[in-house]
Amino acid sequence: MEEYIVIMRLDLLTQEAQPSPEQMEGYMKQYHDWVGGIAAQNKFSGGKGLAVEGKVLKPNDVITDGPFVEIKESVAGFIIIKAASLEEAVEMAQSCPILKGEGNSVEVRKIISVHES
Amino acid sequence: MSEHATIIPHLFRTEYRKIVSVLCRHFGFRELEIAEDIASETFLVAMQAWGLEGLPPNPAGWLYTTAKNKAKNYLQRESVFQDKISKGLQNNDRQDIGEEIDLSLQNINDSQLQMMFAICHPAISREAQIGLSLRILCGFGIEEIATAFMTTREVINKRLFRAKDKLREEQVQIELPPAAEIDARLEQVLTTIYLLFNEGYYSVSQNHTLKKELCLEAMRLCTMLIENPETNKPQVNALLALMCFHASRFDARTNADGAIILYDEQDSSLWNTDLISKGGYFLNMAAQGNKLSRYHLEAGIAAWHTQQYDSPEKWEAILHLYNQLLQREYSPVAALNRTYAVAKVKGKQAAIAEAEKLNLPENRFYHSLLGELYGGLDDEKANVHWQTALSLTKTDADKEAIRRKLKK
Repeated sequence: MEEYIVIMRLDLLTQEAQPSPEQMEGYMKQYHDWVGGIAAQNKFSGGKGLAVEGKVLKPNDVITDGPFVEIKESVAGFIIIKAASLEEAVEMAQSCPILKGEGNSVEVRKIISVHES
Repeated sequence: MSEHATIIPHLFRTEYRKIVSVLCRHFGFRELEIAEDIASETFLVAMQAWGLEGLPPNPAGWLYTTAKNKAKNYLQRESVFQDKISKGLQNNDRQDIGEEIDLSLQNINDSQLQMMFAICHPAISREAQIGLSLRILCGFGIEEIATAFMTTREVINKRLFRAKDKLREEQVQIELPPAAEIDARLEQVLTTIYLLFNEGYYSVSQNHTLKKELCLEAMRLCTMLIENPETNKPQVNALLALMCFHASRFDARTNADGAIILYDEQDSSLWNTDLISKGGYFLNMAAQGNKLSRYHLEAGIAAWHTQQYDSPEKWEAILHLYNQLLQREYSPVAALNRTYAVAKVKGKQAAIAEAEKLNLPENRFYHSLLGELYGGLDDEKANVHWQTALSLTKTDADKEAIRRKLKK
């Protein structure tokens, strides 16, 4: 089993795109059902959601208010899953409920740590 | 049977552990066996004396005085030995013999609590922790422990002997851990208490009285933690709530032959409402602070299960709690139970799709679950799974329960 990171990108900034508290509750339920299904297969290694506030650092001491990138979607959170192959990881990521939203994306990448030998 | 013959076993269960804890704390772990011997001898003397002279007015007090005298004699003999014979050969870290052995209620409680932390020390295995807890904190006989673990006296004796040796070797102190470490050490204690409870709740042993006693002892130990301000933490209350909720179904969950009756088929009039409301009280107490332990999640699930009637809210809440529990810590049981909740919330088809990803082909409950889910949708497949479950089942009573499913 290898570990894969599933990075979820959403539009966190455009006012009109933000869900109401009730919608948010529904989204979170779907999210936890998805992650719970992965965890029930013993393939969930961990994950975190990220706050909207942040800073982006660039060369030459340039620091801007984040979490902006050049597209309007920013990283909302990530989970780390265990899978035998990239294909299997993608299959699990395909049921991520944020993919129901227009413009959202999920990126799956194999983890190769630079911190451990 | 004469009066003393019925009261002594009862006193043994309640007083033996107190005497051992107090003496052992006084002597130090090095002389745990001596403490146990003195406590056992005390009961032997009581058996003889009370048989001849009748019951003393305060039997527990009588036992304490006798144990105290025996301990004093022992310490005196030892100090003569130390002074005259082996002086200088070894360090003597034992407390001064002039110091009174304190069998006050306060010291009894403190000693037992400290003993709990000492026994649930990470230096010894979980099995040994549970065994020692049963022996020293609950006053169980070796025979009973062997029955509970479905093994022999020799195995238990060896296991306890090695564990005591290890505790001495590691120089484990009989004391409450410092405040900074208490949460981490408490985690160990709670795990052992919960395993002790599960040993009683899920064991395949047919000895029902013993099984129930294991559960009650686990709840008693947890209550002791709650009664002490230093260990009265939210996660401790959550664990007690969880055990109360489970224990409330004790009489409803097995039939006369000892076979498990599934939740759906239980006679809910047999559920113990007193324990259910106690569970609710401790779950409320557990809600203080912002720490969420696995016991909070499990107690939440158990609390919903005490609601007899199905409702969409009930199963959605249970599914959500299982989702959180599994993200925190995987276990096959939680994975299977979550899938059952999926069936209740999203229907059998959705649950089958999830169940088939669980990959637990050796687990009989996995096949029972699939048998249940396929039932009515694809009876042929359902039967294949019930057959597999049957082949993985050991006890006759449980086999019979599966056969009833097959006939349908």
